[in-house]
Amino acid sequence: MTDTALFTYCMRLADDSAILSQRLGEWCGHASHLEEDIALTNIALDLIGHARELYTYAGQIEGKGRDEDALCFHRVEREFNNLLLVEQPNDDFAYAIMRQFLFSAFMLPFWEAMMSSKDEQLAGLAAKAEKEATYHLRHSAEWVIRLGDGTEESHNRINNALEFLWMYTGEMFECDEVVSSLVAEEVAIDPMSIKHLWDETVNTVLVRANLERPTESWMQTGGRKGEHSEHLGHILSPMQYLQRSFPQAQW
Amino acid sequence: MYTQALNNPAVEAGVEDEEKLAAFQARIDREEKIEPNDWMPAAYRKTLVRQISQHAHSEVVGMLPEGNWVTRAPSLKRKAILLAKIQDEGGHGLYLYSAAETLGVSREELVDQLLSGKAKYSSIFNYPTLNWADVGAVGWLVDGAAIMNQIPLCRCSFGPYSRAMIRICKEESFHQRQGYDLLVAMMKGTAEQQEMVQDAVNRLWWPALMMFGPSDKDSKHSADSMKWKIKRFTNDELRQKFVDATVPQAKVLGISLPDPDLKLNEETGHWEHGEPDWDEFYNTIKGNGICNKQRMKDRIKAHEDGAWVREAAQAYAAKQAAKKSAA
Ligand SMILES: [Fe+2]
Ligand SMILES: [Fe+2]
Ligand SMILES: [Fe+2]
Repeated sequence: MTDTALFTYCMRLADDSAILSQRLGEWCGHASHLEEDIALTNIALDLIGHARELYTYAGQIEGKGRDEDALCFHRVEREFNNLLLVEQPNDDFAYAIMRQFLFSAFMLPFWEAMMSSKDEQLAGLAAKAEKEATYHLRHSAEWVIRLGDGTEESHNRINNALEFLWMYTGEMFECDEVVSSLVAEEVAIDPMSIKHLWDETVNTVLVRANLERPTESWMQTGGRKGEHSEHLGHILSPMQYLQRSFPQAQW
Repeated sequence: MYTQALNNPAVEAGVEDEEKLAAFQARIDREEKIEPNDWMPAAYRKTLVRQISQHAHSEVVGMLPEGNWVTRAPSLKRKAILLAKIQDEGGHGLYLYSAAETLGVSREELVDQLLSGKAKYSSIFNYPTLNWADVGAVGWLVDGAAIMNQIPLCRCSFGPYSRAMIRICKEESFHQRQGYDLLVAMMKGTAEQQEMVQDAVNRLWWPALMMFGPSDKDSKHSADSMKWKIKRFTNDELRQKFVDATVPQAKVLGISLPDPDLKLNEETGHWEHGEPDWDEFYNTIKGNGICNKQRMKDRIKAHEDGAWVREAAQAYAAKQAAKKSAA
């Protein structure tokens, strides 16, 4: 049973990284300036690295011979278990930055805590990912502040992004049987145990950005059960097209 | 990369102090590096600004055809390699803009020249990337041609350009190997994959040869560049080096090159090749290539869509500076 839970847990984390890196990759060559193009690509590359490790590990746990690409490119929408937050589109740079900030503000304390996971593989990944998440959070937080406290237009845009994306933040703190069974074995962490850290980061940054934290509202859910927004299918279509068209091929 | 000398109106001679000119040329002849604060003839400065900025623009526009495949890369490993490569090209753009800035132009001015259509970039990036093998073929052929062009530029007389080239060349040869590796993997694969590779090479071979610029008999502007040791080999010499290096690699790969005139001259040891379609080349330079207008539209869109972001960053920095000086 544990293996099934651990497989699911790794797949969720892998899907978060894979889908968010796919979104970030859409910026490549199109960002507002070269430095930012390079920075967004950096984050995308870190996340692809996490996805590869996590899919590979999940495949080993599953033991059916599926490798990282089989898991990433040969599953349909309903089998993806990523957070709804990470699949939200790049409506503008403000959406991309706010999405990254809300996610990284969670992932930094998450990986820090996961460094003491009883699962050696996850603890090892956490040690590396924690350093990368530090940069992701710093970079996105700096932009949230700059945009919030920049011009009227940038303030409005980042505020719109915050107000829209906020309803997807509740999902990060969900704790279902998969998570709780692994928490009991000290393999996973209870996401509520780092909620205060996320709150603290978010509150501090929003104050510096002259942004008001949205009042607690309805939180969307479903990603962890494969119930997604309409966007996911459009992310998977180009992403999986070569693997699907030429299933015999190695690349 | 991409120093096709595309819009070189003959550099006007201007009136320079004879003594200074002679001293300058003597330094060049001694292979000394010219640094930004050193005296240099106006024409030398102008040639360099044009060449370095064309090179920088090429790096940046070159991100687009490869970026076309980022979301469709067929494996996570290949996606990571592609993203990292495109990121390197962006970095090359940055170093080169900085090198040009040491000559007294700003990056903003140079970018404006690109977006207004005044400045050129390498013709190769006006061709589309139509199948996944194009990503490999770009690495192998386009980065490969760039390396041939750039290795001599590592010894360019202008210090900042030469140093930028040394760093950039290392990365370009890495790109070339990765591109070749991608093609090798596909050639080991299914018949469909092999067809993709052949198709990509058929389309990109001639455009890659055109990257070295017009044939020597039609290229009027290299005399000064040669004398100033900005350029050390002619277009045709560099093209020949590229063909000689690449034909054997194509054989190993197991593909044909789309040139019926290609044959080894046993005496010289060089691969003789046919003439690129120079009408197509000049037509592309003029703006009529398959993707010229699309590339500019994409660059302009990114620039305009990003205007509010850059303005916000400036406004924020100004507010912070004001707070600091008030404190
Ligand atoms: Fe280049
Ligand atoms: Fe480059
Ligand atoms: Fe390159």
